[in-house]
Amino acid sequence: MNVIAFYIAAVIAIVATVLVITLKNAVHALLYLAVSLIAVAVIFYDLGAPFIAGLEVIVYAGSIIVLFIFVVMMLNLGKRATASEAALLKPAMWIGPVALAAILIGEMAYLLEHGAMGVPAASVVTPRAVGIALYGPYVIGVELSSMLLMAALVGAYHLGWHKQPKLEIQDVSREYGTGTDAGRDSIRTGSGRPAGAA
Amino acid sequence: MLAGILFALGVVGLLVRRNLVFVLMSVEIMLNAAGLAFVSAGARWAQADGQVMFIFILSMAASEVAVGLALVLQLYREKQSLDLDSVDEMKG
Repeated sequence: MNVIAFYIAAVIAIVATVLVITLKNAVHALLYLAVSLIAVAVIFYDLGAPFIAGLEVIVYAGSIIVLFIFVVMMLNLGKRATASEAALLKPAMWIGPVALAAILIGEMAYLLEHGAMGVPAASVVTPRAVGIALYGPYVIGVELSSMLLMAALVGAYHLGWHKQPKLEIQDVSREYGTGTDAGRDSIRTGSGRPAGAA
Repeated sequence: MLAGILFALGVVGLLVRRNLVFVLMSVEIMLNAAGLAFVSAGARWAQADGQVMFIFILSMAASEVAVGLALVLQLYREKQSLDLDSVDEMKG
């Protein structure tokens, strides 16, 4: 375990987290949240848990941040979207996260170069040991978490689905309305001719 | 120590911010801090249990964020306002 790398990553994580809870704009806060999560991932790698560091980057900094960004983009439709986009394009908003992420990249490269030999073998918990523990004594937890994920999937689908079908039904009814109007016209012309003829 | 600081920051963010998205982000910070505590404790005694617990926390955080963001979208559709502060008025 490299102590200096740990403290640098810890300071970066704390600074990024403070910026997350103080910034006004949600997208900027999300950038700093991603930086904070990556800093914690570097800490995990430094603590001898490379598997968990990878999971942190993939699941937290990947999927969860992307989910947040999707929701923020969906919520900020309209004038504020263009305003925030114009603010996003300003380089001053990118300097902070890019600088912190560059420090983390340098630290990661340094750890990959030197830290692998500096880490004592006893403190590194390999993915093999994690998997054996996960499917050995914790197999009930695995089942419960799978049930939780399934419930979350169904719940999120239901909550996100609820309002949408009304719009679709309205669109479909409008389409059918225009279709029946066109049909009525043809029927009227068709029925009007015999009516006019009679 | 670091996990405690991050958890405290998450609590502060949860209490201070009234925007629903920021509250969810603060919950994420707190869960991440708890996972950091588990992993560091597991690394301290060189056991795999901490990382197993972190995997459970990770899956729980993912499901929580999915449901929470779906709720945010639902509340936004109900309120039809750009400002999410109006959602908090509903809680009284």
